[in-house]
Amino acid sequence: MRERVVFSIGEAMPPRADVLDRMGMASPAAVSPRTGALVEAAVDDFERLAEPTGLVDDVSAGEFAAIYAGEGLNAHATPLEQIYPRADSLALFVATLGERVSARITELFAADEMARGFVLDAIASVAADLLTDRLAGRYRERVSGEGTAVLGYSPGYCGWHISAQRRLFERLSPDEIGISLNASYLMQPLKSVSGVLVAGAGAMHRFRPEFSFCGECTERQCLPRMRSVR
Amino acid sequence: MDIVAQIAEHLELGDDERVHDLTRQAIDAGVPPVEILNRGLIGGMNVVGEKFRVREIFLPDVLLAAKAMYAGMDLVKPLLLKENIPTQGTVVIGSVRGDLHDIGKNLVGIMLKGAGFEVVDLGADVHAERFVDAAVAERASIIGMSALLTTTMTVMKDVVDLVTARGLRSSIKIMVGGAPVSADFAREIGADAYAYDAASAVDRARALMG
Repeated sequence: MRERVVFSIGEAMPPRADVLDRMGMASPAAVSPRTGALVEAAVDDFERLAEPTGLVDDVSAGEFAAIYAGEGLNAHATPLEQIYPRADSLALFVATLGERVSARITELFAADEMARGFVLDAIASVAADLLTDRLAGRYRERVSGEGTAVLGYSPGYCGWHISAQRRLFERLSPDEIGISLNASYLMQPLKSVSGVLVAGAGAMHRFRPEFSFCGECTERQCLPRMRSVR
Repeated sequence: MDIVAQIAEHLELGDDERVHDLTRQAIDAGVPPVEILNRGLIGGMNVVGEKFRVREIFLPDVLLAAKAMYAGMDLVKPLLLKENIPTQGTVVIGSVRGDLHDIGKNLVGIMLKGAGFEVVDLGADVHAERFVDAAVAERASIIGMSALLTTTMTVMKDVVDLVTARGLRSSIKIMVGGAPVSADFAREIGADAYAYDAASAVDRARALMG
């Protein structure tokens, strides 16, 4: 089932604490009045310019296998290749905040308004990730069984090579919500996310972060993600 | 407090209008432009960089200070050019092919400018040939590359290999950084330096310039 989702600004607006955390400010107490004013201005920009939209389409495991394989450039072993064959169901997804937010960030940096551009970028980056969570939540409601957990996995992360975007985009055709792919497999608008939603038992999503690429990873986002589906 | 010290102080506060006015006053009063640059603008940014390093201030504060520095630099730079005062060197920066994450790279550029380097920013999704061609065209001493993805960081080696293949290894140094990049990785691919963050990129660039 293919579903287009238009989010409200409220659904896309990330919690302030998450935005501050993205900017390396773990506590609201660390926010100076100047930075507080920047955050408010960037929130205004975001509310005015964001056009959060998503697209979800069911995909069979067999069909996804070809999409996952992409151009044959994935790491030798990845968490996703172990996880998706055990899923109850899968769906491809893309979501975007639209072109206007990305254009505004570029415009602010070009005008030497770097601080405001940086804060807006932080809001938009967290918001884009939040759209994945929102789509996962909606998908969970649709396919839900007892104990079902849904997580999104994206090309470019955890050994799934970014070149898989090509087949993902061929299958999903997200041009209807204004997302395109360039020759380097990167999405335009910039503040967009894509990947596969994997539904199944929470335990299915857990893995030991001991893959070949884990040693180089400083993000370790897999750990809170795995904790979230316990 | 002399006027150059005031420039540095207001730069630290991120007060771009005041830095602009004070720089104008200093120039009119005959303060040598190189002193305004080194003690006022770069001096102020060095303090900002140190406060950022010890987490006394955060990135938005650094960026406000950078804007203030640009306000002063806009006035001083034409005078420095007129007097043929050399810069710290030229650095070509960009996010590697396949990577559109450019905030970290932008911060490196801002901090390098703050330290007196000329910065040529190629943007994001930059192919190896473009890095090297730009470095040659701009007579750059350093290529700085950023990657945020483990799947794109490997492109950095293509640039190192291309610099070597074109016989430029002795004249162009290579600095790498980004979330998945490490000092070990930098050594492995033959880069000359690894920068953990924007502040350390300035230290590394200075070291590379000798």
